[in-house]
Amino acid sequence: MSRPETSADIAALYQEMILDHYRRPRNKGKLENPDATAEMRNPLCGDEIDLQVNFSGDAVGELRFSGKGCSISLASASMMTQVVEGKTAAEVDAIRRRFRELMLGDLTAANDVRLGALRALSGVSRFPARVKCALLAWNALESVLAGRNG
Amino acid sequence: MKLRPDFPLLANNPGLHYLDSAATSQKPAAVLDAMRDFYETSNANPHRGAYSLSVRATECYLQARSDVARFLGAADTDALIFTRGTTEALNLVAGSWGRANVRAGDEIVVTAMDHHANFVPWQQLALEKGATLRICELTDEGRLDLGCMRGLVSSRTKVVAFNHVSNALGTINPVTDIVRLVRDQSDAITVCDGAQSAPHFPVRFDELGVDFYAFSGHKMLGPMALGALIGKRELLEKMPPYQSGGDMIEFVHDDRSTWNVLPHKFEAGTPNAAGAVGLAAAVKYLGRIGMDRVLAHERSLMAVAQARLSAIEGVRIYGPPVGERSGVLSFTLEDVHPHDLATILDGEGVCIRAGHHCTQPLMRRLGVAATARASFYVYNDEDDVDALLEGVLKARDIFGYVPS
Repeated sequence: MSRPETSADIAALYQEMILDHYRRPRNKGKLENPDATAEMRNPLCGDEIDLQVNFSGDAVGELRFSGKGCSISLASASMMTQVVEGKTAAEVDAIRRRFRELMLGDLTAANDVRLGALRALSGVSRFPARVKCALLAWNALESVLAGRNG
Repeated sequence: MKLRPDFPLLANNPGLHYLDSAATSQKPAAVLDAMRDFYETSNANPHRGAYSLSVRATECYLQARSDVARFLGAADTDALIFTRGTTEALNLVAGSWGRANVRAGDEIVVTAMDHHANFVPWQQLALEKGATLRICELTDEGRLDLGCMRGLVSSRTKVVAFNHVSNALGTINPVTDIVRLVRDQSDAITVCDGAQSAPHFPVRFDELGVDFYAFSGHKMLGPMALGALIGKRELLEKMPPYQSGGDMIEFVHDDRSTWNVLPHKFEAGTPNAAGAVGLAAAVKYLGRIGMDRVLAHERSLMAVAQARLSAIEGVRIYGPPVGERSGVLSFTLEDVHPHDLATILDGEGVCIRAGHHCTQPLMRRLGVAATARASFYVYNDEDDVDALLEGVLKARDIFGYVPS
């Protein structure tokens, strides 16, 4: 039976930065009149993220999120809002794809500066059961952007 | 009890601490051997062939039914219908008895501690029929509020569905008291989800008094995808089939069909004979231990685990006292999400469940999104409790204690 998780993996997963974003989430709350919103649920674990976004021209403006979940899903949401603010839809899409690759184990993505603080989540790829947690907020963002294009 | 060596998966993984038996149990070699033996010596389609191998397969299947019925105290062997598990058994009752008998304006009572498998089928039936779903609430300690139940059950009530044991809290419900209350106040049928009782303590269907009792073999050392519904014959005989096809028919005319006798009427298609043989071997194994000893063993481990966990600052334990629960210990640690706890414990080789345990209505009432759940069974020992405690302390170290 394979059990890849070692103490080092656990330590890499729960980095200080992740716990910091979990306990002191950035951009948590609601916007007054958001241009777009999306709710994402993970029915397996009950985690939920509500994302609110304003646009300024082609770029993503202010973002806020609320919801409940584990440290991975909430830290990922918090970091995401910081990284994508001010980016164009095309840039956000590229970052989103790159982050997804990181979650699926592409460690070259861990050196990609475009991901900023999100690189702290690279340890998640060692825990397949937790990848969905890290992607929850991103699925909400994808849905917001798809709604805008559609 | 030192039964770990009987379980190949555990024997082959000395560092593994399996504390998720409420989800599914590990299997002893006796069960795996019995199933292999069936396929190697007796495999053919039961009830079909005129040749002796098929007769042998049929006999194995019949013997398994009778062994399992005896283990659960059901004298009427043919009133035990093999299903894929508890979920299918409960859907059978809702889909067959429910569709035929529940009408607009009727009421169905379920409880706030039911598993989704004994909640959603009734909710959907109520929506389909224009009936009303009523939910029996819990006391602060996580017991069923019988006063609330008394207020809900009336002449309008057609079904009262509840679990014998809560899979999320471990609460053991007073089945005979519930049945008496329902009989005194209504003509409703009683449907008991026994998924968490059949594996853990003695159950005598004929003494419980419920009309239907459902359970899963895979939670009681048997194989996956084989469980059963035990029902009262007079109800089962009046019920329409749940699925149709081979084996369940008597005559198929061009324009209509008639139905086979019990239990075949509810067992369309080729049965899972090997699974039934495996479950029979499982109940034989449990019978040798003795179900009273199974419960006593789980409670003694749980008492130690609970005492040691409670001593950790920030741990909150849900449900009534250990002496009133079966082997389920549901808890949270500070603001550490149960999923994070489960991942950290996994790193220590400890398997626990984290989440809503298919009981979202209960989680809403507890005011939590999820809990961590350790569940104990015959193969667990104090080493497993030690590993659980070490893992929880490690999680506390990683997350740090933040005074609120």
